[in-house]
Amino acid sequence: MSRRLLSVLHARNLEFIRDRATMIFTLLLPVALVVGLSFVFGGPERPLFKVGVLTQNLKAESYPFLHERYTDFVQETDEAKAVRNVSRHQIDLLIDLKGGPRYWVNPSSPKGYIIEKLLLQSDPSAKRQPVTGDAVRYVDWLFPGILGMNMMFSCLFGVGYVVLRYRKSGFLKRLNATPLTAFEFLTAQVLSRLALIMIVTTILFAGVSMIIHFHSAGSLLLVFLVALLGALSMIAFGLIIAARVSSEELVGGILNMLTWPMMLLSGIWFSLEGSPQWVQWVSQLFPLTHVLIAERAVMIDGAGVAQIAPQLAYLAITTVLFIGLGAWSFRWRME
Amino acid sequence: MTENILEARNLVKRYPSVTAVDGLSFGVRDGICFGLLGPNGAGKTTTIEIMEGILAPTSGEVRYRGELLGRRFREEAGILFQKTALQDFLTVRQSLAMFRGLYERGLEVDEVIRLCALEKLETRDNKKLSGGQQQRLLLAVALVNDPCVLFLDEPTTGLDPQARRNFWELMQSIKARRKTIILTTHYMEEAELLCDEIAIVDRGKIIAQGTPRELLKQHFADTLLELPKQEFPAAARKLPLQMFEAGDRVEITTNDLDSTLRTLMDARVPLSNLRIRPPNLEDLFLELTGKDLRA
Repeated sequence: MSRRLLSVLHARNLEFIRDRATMIFTLLLPVALVVGLSFVFGGPERPLFKVGVLTQNLKAESYPFLHERYTDFVQETDEAKAVRNVSRHQIDLLIDLKGGPRYWVNPSSPKGYIIEKLLLQSDPSAKRQPVTGDAVRYVDWLFPGILGMNMMFSCLFGVGYVVLRYRKSGFLKRLNATPLTAFEFLTAQVLSRLALIMIVTTILFAGVSMIIHFHSAGSLLLVFLVALLGALSMIAFGLIIAARVSSEELVGGILNMLTWPMMLLSGIWFSLEGSPQWVQWVSQLFPLTHVLIAERAVMIDGAGVAQIAPQLAYLAITTVLFIGLGAWSFRWRME
Repeated sequence: MTENILEARNLVKRYPSVTAVDGLSFGVRDGICFGLLGPNGAGKTTTIEIMEGILAPTSGEVRYRGELLGRRFREEAGILFQKTALQDFLTVRQSLAMFRGLYERGLEVDEVIRLCALEKLETRDNKKLSGGQQQRLLLAVALVNDPCVLFLDEPTTGLDPQARRNFWELMQSIKARRKTIILTTHYMEEAELLCDEIAIVDRGKIIAQGTPRELLKQHFADTLLELPKQEFPAAARKLPLQMFEAGDRVEITTNDLDSTLRTLMDARVPLSNLRIRPPNLEDLFLELTGKDLRA
């Protein structure tokens, strides 16, 4: 038995090692994960809380609370904007050190609840201020992120494997013998996936909205438009991957490489405010980041088309760019 | 003389380790069935795929009605590859409708279904077809645009004899519609039955070309005698006859059967297992390449 087992094991290992592209991506994935996770969990004292401090010079302040460990203190100068950040879960608590210490906390924030207790223990005289405007529940802030993440997986994983299967079975080669162009073929794949994703996302949106009693502040039509453009851009992104590859393992490797950083760095789970500059730059590359910025602006702040125009433009441009790139590099047959 | 609908000029296809096609040139006249014959690995599929515009040659060119292969060719060509899977979960009719939608002109789906005898299968899932049925569907796909030129790459390889015969009947009815057909095969019977002209390919080169009748006439006398090799005495090998060995047989060709038989009998060659038949393309191939076609 062991000889047969070893024989199959050896053959499988050879197969894997000779598929160079797949091996490279399989080995690159952990590296990418380490980089991504080092940002999320790394550092000597990874802060658990993010506290805004209204002051002109944070370093010069000697308020004892500012020495709490595991807390990231961010300097804020604009009171109205900072309070809004509290209500939008961008920061867990805001403290004003001018005059008698005052603070703002979002009553629906779990982290805010704990950091408030820590503050009052350090300085029982601090005065709580009402959060002006509509305090947003954490679940409301997270909701667009979850919808976006679901869309991302469906977009990226939905097209890559299908096109690869067509290529492997020779179906693509047969299509190549017809007047069909790569652009037409890819556009059809995008539209088919898009219809499916929009139906699923709409059902998910309606269902979860009912369960968590969510009400979008802005136009639902605009929410739909952002999702539509976002899905288009991400499906087209998936097609670039599907354009050339010829092995399932390679597709899996590349998709993992792309989805993990997007999961961690697109602002699904937490705000990227106060993150290192490179993280913010990288995150701006991902279509998902723009989807989430626009969706949150519409759903939470009631933004109109004008306010989210840059995001809409980015998604539209990347869609065209990705489909163009996919069609240009498209391969009909296995090499 | 009818003009050539397709022309291959100095086709060369090199891969890092092998030259699959080595300077092929030939023309295909409009309305004929042209056969590319050769053993496995001779370069037939590479040649036909270059002709189909699927594979780019290393050098050389293919012209369709005098033009390089382009959009017009794709509209007017029908292709049946050696191996093609269609989409899963689609029925025969749905697959044909999909392909019909890719062309400007063509036959009605109903007509193609009738032509390829798929009436009873039209609602069946592609995956649930037998080998012969699948091949008929792929032929139907190749006919859906009512092509002027039809490429068939080993269309009956892997089919059982009955399915092969059915397929041949189907192809004869398509021939009757005056389509130009380019066929690769290693079944000589198929080539003799269907082809008006053949080119025999070996190691990427054409080694003989013409109508099957011409080629046989050029290379063989009228009659071919076959005898088992082990019953053939060594002394008889020196007889003044046109003979060559083919596997476990000795073959002798002649225009004068009477005197040949007398010579053999005089040499005391046992004739109880003698077979007499006209030479066929298989013999021709053996004569030209020294190889069995199916080796």
